[in-house]
Amino acid sequence: MFETIAFYLFAFLTVAMFSITVFTRQALYALTALAAGMIFISAFYFLLGADFLGAVQIIVYTGAVMALYAFGMMFFDTTRYVNEHGRSPLIVFLLSGMAALLVVVIFAAPIASENIVANYPVQEGVGNSQAVGMVLFTKYLVPFEVAAVMLLVAMIAGIVLAGKKMDRSLTLMEEEEIELAKQSQEKAV
Amino acid sequence: MEITLTHYLILSTLLFAIGLIGVMRRTNLLMLFFATEILLNAVNIGFAAISRYYGDLTGQMFAFFVIAIAASEVAVGLGLLIVWFKRSGGIDLTTMTSMKG
Repeated sequence: MFETIAFYLFAFLTVAMFSITVFTRQALYALTALAAGMIFISAFYFLLGADFLGAVQIIVYTGAVMALYAFGMMFFDTTRYVNEHGRSPLIVFLLSGMAALLVVVIFAAPIASENIVANYPVQEGVGNSQAVGMVLFTKYLVPFEVAAVMLLVAMIAGIVLAGKKMDRSLTLMEEEEIELAKQSQEKAV
Repeated sequence: MEITLTHYLILSTLLFAIGLIGVMRRTNLLMLFFATEILLNAVNIGFAAISRYYGDLTGQMFAFFVIAIAASEVAVGLGLLIVWFKRSGGIDLTTMTSMKG
């Protein structure tokens, strides 16, 4: 009973938050609604018994990814409304078709997968974090290391891309200085 | 009433559809990134639910790797976005048509 109430409550909250993210015209509303939705999603992981995944969701998504977005938004003009023009109908048509196909596949999947057996079954008397650790560091060790290398590459790429000309502060410069810098940049290009 | 795998899969589909709507109607690149985050999270819910109802940990492993990929995507994507914003002063998709044939 408790699980049912929790599921429907968090399902409603998550759908509402993500709808705000998708439909609002204010960038800050979208960011905060997305962060709230991420936390509500971690509730599903706790309901499903995936405690470690829920903790990772809160730490990585709401802690790291959302902080990175908030940091990135400081570069952009977020106080204005986000003005958007319509997309081409071809893209809308293709994506709607893909969504319809996806719904069909999801509802057909349980029919096709009745005789699935667990590859790495959950052991009795072992906590979720312990079980995840045992599978991750035995069966999935190589993908784990590859993911670590990928994160390192992404970190270096982020530093190199965003760190260009960090020594010049656009907020502390006078208007004329900014104009001069822009002109010299245009000459260089 | 018991919550079954189908409930979770329907919720996952719903969230994925919301994300697809976002990809369809957004032209601001930052908002487009938010929509892709919604897509990845919707898939993660499906993975975790299947992991629970089949008693298999593989689904949770995939969810971990999806989270790792999402984190690196954000780092590289935001770096590129900042470079583009410094160059052109805007992050709207409709202005990025320099590769038109």
